[in-house]
Amino acid sequence: MSPTDTTKPAKVAKKSPALKTSAAALNKAAAPNKAAAPKKTAASKKPKAAAAKKPRVMAAPKMSSSQSLDVDDHKVTVGKSFSDNAKMTMRNINVFYGDKQAIYDVNIDIAKNEVIAMIGPSGCGKSTFLRTLNRMNDTVEGCRVEGEICMDGEDLYAPKLDVVELRARVGMVFQKPNPFPKSIYENVAYGPKIHGLADTRVDLDEIVENSLRKASLWEEVKERLHQPGTGLSGGQQQRLCIARAIAVSPEVILMDEPCSALDPIATAKIEELIEELSQNFTIAIVTHSMQQAARVSHRTAYFHLGKLIEVNPTEQVFTMPEHQLTEAYITGRFG
Amino acid sequence: MAKMSFENHIMKQFDEELEEIRTRLMEMGGKVEQQLQNAVRALIEGDSKLAEEVVSEDHRVDDMEVDIDEACILIIARRQPAASDLRLVMMVTKAVNDLERIGDEAKKIANHAIILAEQTGSSTGYPEVRHMGASVNRMLANALDAFARFDVEAAMSTIDEDKKIDQDYKTALRELATYMMEDPRSISRVINILWVIRSLERIGDHAKNLCEQIVFVVKGKDIRHQK
Repeated sequence: MSPTDTTKPAKVAKKSPALKTSAAALNKAAAPNKAAAPKKTAASKKPKAAAAKKPRVMAAPKMSSSQSLDVDDHKVTVGKSFSDNAKMTMRNINVFYGDKQAIYDVNIDIAKNEVIAMIGPSGCGKSTFLRTLNRMNDTVEGCRVEGEICMDGEDLYAPKLDVVELRARVGMVFQKPNPFPKSIYENVAYGPKIHGLADTRVDLDEIVENSLRKASLWEEVKERLHQPGTGLSGGQQQRLCIARAIAVSPEVILMDEPCSALDPIATAKIEELIEELSQNFTIAIVTHSMQQAARVSHRTAYFHLGKLIEVNPTEQVFTMPEHQLTEAYITGRFG
Repeated sequence: MAKMSFENHIMKQFDEELEEIRTRLMEMGGKVEQQLQNAVRALIEGDSKLAEEVVSEDHRVDDMEVDIDEACILIIARRQPAASDLRLVMMVTKAVNDLERIGDEAKKIANHAIILAEQTGSSTGYPEVRHMGASVNRMLANALDAFARFDVEAAMSTIDEDKKIDQDYKTALRELATYMMEDPRSISRVINILWVIRSLERIGDHAKNLCEQIVFVVKGKDIRHQK
């Protein structure tokens, strides 16, 4: 017997709240609940004697909380944003695209060897935030980053900092696999070559093999290293991009929705890989799949309209989130 | 005061599924409550027909348990519930187990009622059964009310009622032991009463579990096994 084949409870059918991404719309959606409240208190005053015969009046549970679903009221990130073992520290980050502010006053640490997931509705600033971590936003016209971002205590936005070197230390994997139109071997060897990480051909071969092994791709491509990378399947291409990122021995790997273009099997392989990579690297991943965040990350950061609402251990975020907005998002009530 | 709600999902069907398991849990609670009331009444009034009815109705409670569990499994498989939704679904799977056990205890009481109705003898122990039966009934009703309204305060005060029931149980044990010493001919009859009182005490424990689950759903706090 299935819960789908029963008749609709009238109470649910009546409600058709406007489900939009804006927090204001969400507040409106909560209004019908308030309207139902007086009915409930009246019912609770009835004598209990006939309890068994009369159907009990069901009501939404009350939660004592001062949190607001209106994001404008949000000032301070709840949860555990900071770490004693920080690899990267970000303080008072504000990001603007021209006049439009995309990120509001974000403070967070990323710990060594942790996998941190950024989740939130579209346009909440999670990708923008990720891209500030290796200065990818420098290339975007009109983009301005305020605040302090440090890796191992070193200011990433210092004028004398070599951005090319920074991007070797903080690698990135994108949403769509984007291998160079070159051979599999060349894709992986390119970074180590331009950064001068290999002195001899033998060294380079070793780096390529190791990187492909770490990306769990070696067994599948060792026979055809000199064929074009674009000839691989989507999942293999994405693992090739991860191998390419690993080849320059980064300290941090940023992943911007790395599995959104992949099928479930390829996704599972990438997720397995993330788990293994976290032994050696620090990983920050932006994902639209909440289940993915729940599966792979140690901590989860929830962004909403440019604000960092909550950061907490992943197991807490998905069982008992601290903030109402996080709760609404991960239970699928808006987004 | 902000409210936790099991509605307003983007997927309307999900709202309905959660509402459905809540409604069915309440129905099951109502059924179990009725079984308990009938079992105690059958015993006090020596009504073996009513007692037999309780025994034969128990399978309906069992069926409800299986059905609700199945609905919960389907929700987990289909929706991958998180946070409060996940807590609700987990709570319901545990609560149906407690309710089913309460149903079993009611059936046991009814079986003893049949045996006692066949024997003749004094009404030794009946006041104790009536008293504890009423308290346990009230506690179960309060637990179900607290669930219907997701009322943490009501759940907490219902948990406290269990202490009183445990105390009554101990007092009744002492009294019945005294009866048996005074009148050894009554022993077989009083032993039946003892089992009934034991069942009532167990029902109190199950109602308490139910209340602990309510706190878990609303607050996300596990208060089991705490002093």
